[in-house]
Amino acid sequence: MQFSESWLREWINPDIDTDTLVAQLTMAGLEVDSVTAAGQDFSGVIIAEVRSVEPHPDADKLRVCQVFDGTDLFQVVCGAANVAAGQKVAYASVGALLGKEFKIKKAKLRGVESFGMICSAEELGLAEQSDGIMVLPAEAEPGIDIRKFLALDDSLIEVDLTPNRGDCLSIAGIAREVGVLNNLQVTAPSIDTVAPQIDETFPISLESPQHCPRYLGRVLKNINPDVQSPLWLQERLRRSGIKSIDPVVDVTNLVLMELGQPMHAFDYEKLEGGINVRLAANKEKLTLLDGKEVELSPDTLIIADRKKALAIAGVMGGLDSSVQAYTRHIFLESAFFTPQCIAGKARSYGLQTDAAHRFERGVDFNLPRQAMERATTLLLEIVGGEAGPVIEEVQSLPEDKAVTLRAERISRILGITMSAEQVESILTGLGLTLINKDAESWTFAVPSWRFDIAIEEDLVEELARIFGYDNLPVTEPLSRFSLKLQFEARVGLPTIRERLTALGYQEVITYSFVDKKLELLLGAAETDLLPLANPISQDMSVMRTSLWPGLLGTLQYNHHRQQNRVRIFESGLIFSNKNNKIEQISKVASILWGSQFPEQWGEQGTPVDFFSMKGDLESLLGLTLEEQGFSFIADTHPALQPGQTARVVRGEKTIGWLGALASSAQQHIDINGKVYLMELDLESVAEARLPVYQELSRFPSVRRDLAVIVDVAQQTGEIQLAIKEKAGELLSEIVIFDVYQGQNIEKTKKSLAIGLTFQHPSRTLTDEEINSIINNCINVLEAQFNAELRM
Amino acid sequence: MENLDALTSDALQAIEQAQDIPGLEQLRVQYLGKKGSLTDLLKGLGKLDPSERPQAGASINAAKVQVQDALEARKLTLSAAAEATQQKAEAVDVTLPGRRQSAGGLHPVTRTLQRIESIFATAGFDVVQGPEIEDDYHNFEALNIPAHHPARAMHDTFYFDSGLLLRTHTSTVQVRVMEEGEAPFRFICPGRVYRCDSDLTHTPMFHQVEGMLVDEHASMADLKGLLVEFLQVFFEADLEVRFRPSYFPFTEPSAEMDVQCVSCKGEGCRVCSHTGWLEVGGCGMVHPNVLRSSNIDPEKFTGFAFGMGVDRLAMLRYQINDLRLLFDNDLRFLRQFSEGQGV
Repeated sequence: MQFSESWLREWINPDIDTDTLVAQLTMAGLEVDSVTAAGQDFSGVIIAEVRSVEPHPDADKLRVCQVFDGTDLFQVVCGAANVAAGQKVAYASVGALLGKEFKIKKAKLRGVESFGMICSAEELGLAEQSDGIMVLPAEAEPGIDIRKFLALDDSLIEVDLTPNRGDCLSIAGIAREVGVLNNLQVTAPSIDTVAPQIDETFPISLESPQHCPRYLGRVLKNINPDVQSPLWLQERLRRSGIKSIDPVVDVTNLVLMELGQPMHAFDYEKLEGGINVRLAANKEKLTLLDGKEVELSPDTLIIADRKKALAIAGVMGGLDSSVQAYTRHIFLESAFFTPQCIAGKARSYGLQTDAAHRFERGVDFNLPRQAMERATTLLLEIVGGEAGPVIEEVQSLPEDKAVTLRAERISRILGITMSAEQVESILTGLGLTLINKDAESWTFAVPSWRFDIAIEEDLVEELARIFGYDNLPVTEPLSRFSLKLQFEARVGLPTIRERLTALGYQEVITYSFVDKKLELLLGAAETDLLPLANPISQDMSVMRTSLWPGLLGTLQYNHHRQQNRVRIFESGLIFSNKNNKIEQISKVASILWGSQFPEQWGEQGTPVDFFSMKGDLESLLGLTLEEQGFSFIADTHPALQPGQTARVVRGEKTIGWLGALASSAQQHIDINGKVYLMELDLESVAEARLPVYQELSRFPSVRRDLAVIVDVAQQTGEIQLAIKEKAGELLSEIVIFDVYQGQNIEKTKKSLAIGLTFQHPSRTLTDEEINSIINNCINVLEAQFNAELRM
Repeated sequence: MENLDALTSDALQAIEQAQDIPGLEQLRVQYLGKKGSLTDLLKGLGKLDPSERPQAGASINAAKVQVQDALEARKLTLSAAAEATQQKAEAVDVTLPGRRQSAGGLHPVTRTLQRIESIFATAGFDVVQGPEIEDDYHNFEALNIPAHHPARAMHDTFYFDSGLLLRTHTSTVQVRVMEEGEAPFRFICPGRVYRCDSDLTHTPMFHQVEGMLVDEHASMADLKGLLVEFLQVFFEADLEVRFRPSYFPFTEPSAEMDVQCVSCKGEGCRVCSHTGWLEVGGCGMVHPNVLRSSNIDPEKFTGFAFGMGVDRLAMLRYQINDLRLLFDNDLRFLRQFSEGQGV
């Protein structure tokens, strides 16, 4: 909400400057967003009277005016169509400065001399656009500085109020706060009861009193439709950020700003039979003030007459019954709609109005009559007419609230003690009434404008707020000395991150919602996808079912920025819909692309391959100290290239995938060179083994190498397994130290070089023993794999 | 014994001129070997008059020692020279870069999160995680935000057709921890949160860390103490911190906390929009309704909760001036947190 400082100061005028006032508001929880000047920079603009207007001899659109500034007459050439003799205008004399740059000089316009300029509101920064010059009220006295006349040395203060403080959405509300903060009395303008001049009334019935417990109406007849809002009213609204429309609407808006009561004015002649405040009928339609026709939902409270819907209660009026330029008789509404009834309504129709903003936060239910009298007084002053009596319907108003506050709770919650005087002075200053007290507690009645105060803690907050949060002491919470369980045999995410960064991977963080197309391309089942109902954009419309889309997007992004080598990883949740059960699983995934090592001397720029990725993955699995419990199974995956795809298994359970990106996805991200990916289930690698010392053998180990020729397609894993089985416990290490295809070997074959190390824990092995094991191994390889020993 | 003197001086000269270890070895054999010239002289002692023998023997032995010492000395010199030659041949250009894999690194947000976690760990706070797809109850209802509450409008929630949603804050984890455990509590919950908002200063996904302490004695003064200390420790600076009244449905009293601008130290600059202050999070005393909905007696326990924007803390800490950089994942940006600034 934006308001004018000088308006506030008419209500409460503490002896502090704007900066201090603003700081006070912010520190009391009414956060000031901005402070701006009420008008743009200008000087040397004074009030002048137009004495005469003559046509310009050489230009149809220009006029030659004589203006009087209180002492002298000046000739001014003016282009505005609305300039007329007798008007009081804003006259920028020679030497005046408009804005920072524009200096008014003596000029000749089409041969006629001009000494200064008659200004429009726009030129003075008082309107966004103007049609012609600004005409001042007749009582404006020539010679007076416009800045002074319009009290332009004023600040516009914008406060960003939290939703609990609907009571501060008015000058009255802000003034109340400033009063307590400065220990000053607020001087509200006196509001007189307007005696009815006519007897005209209009029936009101409340069909839904739980939504609208109070409704006031008043008929005003024979208003003057030709009057414009006076300048002071326009200025007040402008400084409150509200557009001036016509005197009737302007007055209701002024009361809204001043007292916080939203009001509405109907064209009385459009109303039939009486006001009926009721819930909308099924499929009932209404064309709103903004011209939009809406179908009302049955939980919407409306203002209707006997025949039709007129307005959405507390949100927006209807077009047909609105006050128009020709309207002569009006019906004024000042009502209380409950916050529960209005909450969310405006938004459900795609609307945002000042009225709904206040009603959904809570408007004082004892305010409507004051507001009605205030608006009537102003309307009679401005548009004349005769007012009827106030018609009021009241049913089931909210109950008066009383809250008890214990002194002990103040110290318990805030960590301070407060004197009884302090407590009472702060709370009564805020409008609460002390209704009971004893040695340990107080009971206060809550004023009808404070919808946010219901429990003891709310009172404690009010005390803290006015006392000043910054004045509360600073202490340290008592600590509890208890040591926490730390599971050593678990591989946590920090350990995995550390290993991956040590392997040269850079961590990235990508959005959890991704492009559906990419998800499907990478093999997600349509039924597993969780689409957002309100995505930010198409390419962020479904929850990721894998970390790969984000990583591939990052790869592409960096490829477009001339990166030729990418090693990245991410960890986080993936999401899928499995038989209407939502799964959220922690994963870690990585991508490799480009050369194995960064460009450097002594390196050939060998590109990464399947085994680069597999090696890094094995290094991660090794963190469990149970690497042998994992295996890699050749398999297929829609995102991965057949023949270069492995499923990672722990025991029987699939815990991840690894492989080369499939060509379809590769084309999609438009990148050359093979991309390798892996993804692991974090929980499945978390379980690790606590290291347990094994006795070291003091006896020499023996190494024997084997070279065998097998089919190209023969999986090395099977051979290794067969050797391990056959060799038994004495085998302490097995290493594949060469895989060879080419010269001297048939095309369908490959040669494997296998190093075997044997060791006995308690004695030296004999050649005979080892020869026998080796021979057994060779026999198995020959029998099972058709292997041929290479000499 | 003129012979001896000449022989010795020949030998010493030859040793001095020897150029390598094999040459030296030859000289040793030539003079001191079994058939060496000096050895021969010793053998010839028998031919001398017995009275001359001791004298002659001593002289020959002295000469032998002299030659032996010369051989040793020369050998040391020669081997030192040989080693020097080899070292020269093996010398490398130490200014050539080392051979290595590129350095990986953590994302600045992770780095910040780890810092926050370790700071709170020193005060006994556990780290708790929770789901990101949540139900209305845990994200709103249990936090005292009923349907149609105006506070919901501030949350710009992402929804699924089923009515589930992406958590808009990590406060959801609070509820889960309190449901499942027993007071007292002391934990933080860091993680991703989501709001349907995207512009220069908002990303639809960001990171929060929520903290909670529920105990028999926990006051707003304690809350201030903990957070002031945290911010000073986090920024490693003696910054001022201020608390302003604010509103969160799940705390009462509620506060917004501002830290003195880390960039201008409160003077006013672009980073703090010339206010001298930076908003870093919200906090407050846990609302009794929230405690009650988790079956905690508000008469017995009080507690406080706080939430901070991790991305914002990272930006302030590392002087990152554009939020979107955090999720663009430009490697040139990310490497600044692992490898430094390049050339």
